[in-house]
Amino acid sequence: MTHSIVDARAIHKHFGTLHVLKGVDLKVAERELVFVIGPSGSGKSTLLRCLNRLEEPSSGSILVDGIDMLDARTDINHARRRIGMVFQSFNLYPHMTALGNVTLALRKVAGKGRSEAEALGRAALERVGLADRAGHTPGQLSGGQQQRVAIARSIALEPRVMLFDEPTSALDPELVGSVLEVMRGLRESGMTMIVVSHEMGFARNAADRVVFMDDGLIVEQGPPASIFENPTHERTRAFIGQIQRH
Amino acid sequence: MSGWDKFVDTFFNAKVMWKYLPDILSGMVVTIELALLIVITGLAAGLALALLRSLAIRPLNWLIIFVVDLFRSLPPLVIIVLMYFGLPYAGPAPSGFVSTWLSLAFVLMAFSEEIFWAGITSIPKGQWEASRSTGLSFGQTLFNVVLPQAFRLTIPPLTNRTISITKGTALGTVVAVTEILGQASSAMSNSYNPSPLMMGAAAYVVLFLPVVIAARWIETKFAWKR
Repeated sequence: MTHSIVDARAIHKHFGTLHVLKGVDLKVAERELVFVIGPSGSGKSTLLRCLNRLEEPSSGSILVDGIDMLDARTDINHARRRIGMVFQSFNLYPHMTALGNVTLALRKVAGKGRSEAEALGRAALERVGLADRAGHTPGQLSGGQQQRVAIARSIALEPRVMLFDEPTSALDPELVGSVLEVMRGLRESGMTMIVVSHEMGFARNAADRVVFMDDGLIVEQGPPASIFENPTHERTRAFIGQIQRH
Repeated sequence: MSGWDKFVDTFFNAKVMWKYLPDILSGMVVTIELALLIVITGLAAGLALALLRSLAIRPLNWLIIFVVDLFRSLPPLVIIVLMYFGLPYAGPAPSGFVSTWLSLAFVLMAFSEEIFWAGITSIPKGQWEASRSTGLSFGQTLFNVVLPQAFRLTIPPLTNRTISITKGTALGTVVAVTEILGQASSAMSNSYNPSPLMMGAAAYVVLFLPVVIAARWIETKFAWKR
């Protein structure tokens, strides 16, 4: 393994009196795909959102690609450009076309001219299999297509790491496959990815490592086979048992 | 004279109407000037306040909310009268025209600030998060992602409010502004005939009907396909 792209240490997060993250350490190596699982309310999404500082951690340290995310001197907008994020609810801009969604940050943040941004945007849409939908608005696309546009919006900026926050949870079952397909392609191209998801089948055959979180802590982690087949911790066993009954 | 003839002679007297047409027309010019000034300055100030409010600076927001609530609760006529008759005691003595303009602009500012603010806050948090996560700053997100969506939502309430406040230019009569209603009522007392008032009413329709139609057109044009 090469050097770590994400190095988060002792992350705590309080929401008022609620202690959501209770000292989480997470290192992710370059080209690694880490799957984060755990019951709802265990802090998975909060951890993900702390990594690009959509949530402000209460304490701890976060390095992403060598940049200290919590240093007041860090240009957070510049740092975020290198951290792609995909949301459960897509969050596409409804007043723009698919291409407009993908090119906005290219033009405003990466400083590309219109024609260069559009070329890069079309290439990104091509990668998610939606080159022919560039001129469509989000309302004219299916959920699966919308999520793929959202992925294109992130990868167009050539991020060093991609964060997926339950990317398929809002999708109809028959549309999940197309999104997972795109994620598999990203993985094959060597993208570093941290995925919070309940797609256990995908975790099994695509993840390098599965991290099980419960009650604000990482309880157990390891290769998918060992986590799914031989969990050592009682809480992991209970959780794996529950999801496999469905 | 039949009843109908009497009615026409009283309310639609051609001679009276012809005589006072130039007055009504000059009143229309004054009303248009007033209305344009009110709409431009009122909406600009309202948007500026809403943008300031989005910065979430506590004491500043309290001040904005206080000013906005004050101007939303005071009757426009009271503000005009206070400015025209009361302000001179404190120094500046604005004309009737300026008093009417500023008073109604303040009222439109207050109402439009609330409408713009409601539009901004109605944009889902996910829109901010998606934009910020790609590296856009607060300001870039506000102007490129949030405001374009907020504007579309605000257009119907904004046009309604703008039209109703702009019609308040008629209140300028109490401080001797020679707008449509002022011209019409002085013509009415000079001619002992209410026909000029009918002309005034027609003038308002001529002025505001196109505005209402334009508003409807803007609403449909800016509604994006869902």
